[in-house]
Amino acid sequence: MNLILKVWRQSSRDEKGKIETYPISDISPDMSFLEMMDVLNENLISKGIDPVSFDHDCREGICGMCSMFINGEAHGPDRLVTTCQLHMRKFKDGDTIVIEPFRARAFPVIKDLIVDRSSFDRIQQAGGFVSVNTSGNTQDANAIPIDKHDADKAFDAATCIGCGACVASCKNASAMLFVSAKVSQYSLLPQGKVEATDRVLNMVNQMDEEGFGNCTNTGACEIECPKGISLENIARLNREYLAASIKD
Amino acid sequence: MSLKTSSIIRKVSMALSGLFLVVFLTQHFTINLTSVFSENIFNKISHFMGNNFLVQFILQPILIFGVVFHFIMGFILEYINRKSRDTSYVTFKGSSNSNWMSRNMIYSGIVILSFLGLHFYDFWIPEINYKYVEVLPLDQDRYYQELVHKFESPIRTTIYSVSFVFLALHLYHGFSSSFQSVGFNNKYSSALRLFANGFSIIIPLGFIFIAIFHHLKA
Repeated sequence: MNLILKVWRQSSRDEKGKIETYPISDISPDMSFLEMMDVLNENLISKGIDPVSFDHDCREGICGMCSMFINGEAHGPDRLVTTCQLHMRKFKDGDTIVIEPFRARAFPVIKDLIVDRSSFDRIQQAGGFVSVNTSGNTQDANAIPIDKHDADKAFDAATCIGCGACVASCKNASAMLFVSAKVSQYSLLPQGKVEATDRVLNMVNQMDEEGFGNCTNTGACEIECPKGISLENIARLNREYLAASIKD
Repeated sequence: MSLKTSSIIRKVSMALSGLFLVVFLTQHFTINLTSVFSENIFNKISHFMGNNFLVQFILQPILIFGVVFHFIMGFILEYINRKSRDTSYVTFKGSSNSNWMSRNMIYSGIVILSFLGLHFYDFWIPEINYKYVEVLPLDQDRYYQELVHKFESPIRTTIYSVSFVFLALHLYHGFSSSFQSVGFNNKYSSALRLFANGFSIIIPLGFIFIAIFHHLKA
């Protein structure tokens, strides 16, 4: 396949970025998108040009590091995949592919396609955990009976890999799907109920402080989420937050 | 209890004020529809609504507050949301993951707000003038004729009809979305969404029908 790549280049957070055009040839349809980016970088290095910086780690859809916005969609045109799981067979020979970083005020660009998603870490640190006594006599989680329905929903919420595609896809750059998944995975389980009030208040407060936008229920986040996190979690977050605000 | 300002509180207040306006819209439509069937009934209801103390001095101020709150909060949300993405995408394919109505609530809302200005100019201001400025004698048979007179103009009828199309677009996302905002998402949500979407189409269509009916009859 021969392609035209239009890639966002930005040397640092404070520099102004712009789109650069790179033709690329002999791309196999069986390559992953990141492998295609590797080929591009080899070509750029051989010409003495600074390679394109992009995030990646596991390359098997688990870590959530690859964060590209491809032809107007987070992780590209395929559904329920991360960029590393996107294959070049999804494109046609001669296509022009526009590659940008995830854009949000809370996700500032570090370099080229790499953005700083530490705002997600700070939200998680604000309450996305269960305080467990690890003195050695901790109760086995399997000994606590949990309704299968709740366990399944908690597990589904826990599959969120925190990639930020929800923020990138939302026209308001809202992080509600991410926060709702992190709140839901605990609030549905007995272990998480003890700290539920503080958790939801602190995490939402941190989310607002980071500068994410307001959710207006467009549903784009759910469609673009590589793990299929449901909007049902956002409704649960709203309920939990209202209840916690009244209780607090 | 600490219901401080947060993105979720803003979202819930937007949803609740929207639901309140949907209730008002339903009663407004029901009253207007009587004008198609009976001049007498329309006059009687309009006279009651225009002269009842509870309606005029309790419900009407609440309604005005609800309308003003809804559009001010809408502008605040839009401002915050635009600020949350300081650099726009070169390519953003919003249509691949969300519908037009959900992405353009601010624009359909602005059209509805402009329409409300015209609607106040047409009906509310003359009514206030009649009752409280000129203090004219009570006439419970005037309402139907005033309504028909307004829709004699093809331009006004067209503006009203187009505005109702935008109302339908606004409601199509806003009504069903408000249930999600207040935390209602369960096995009944599909049925509720069907009802809300049906309402969003039928009620504005009904308003258009009433406007055209009176224009053709005039």
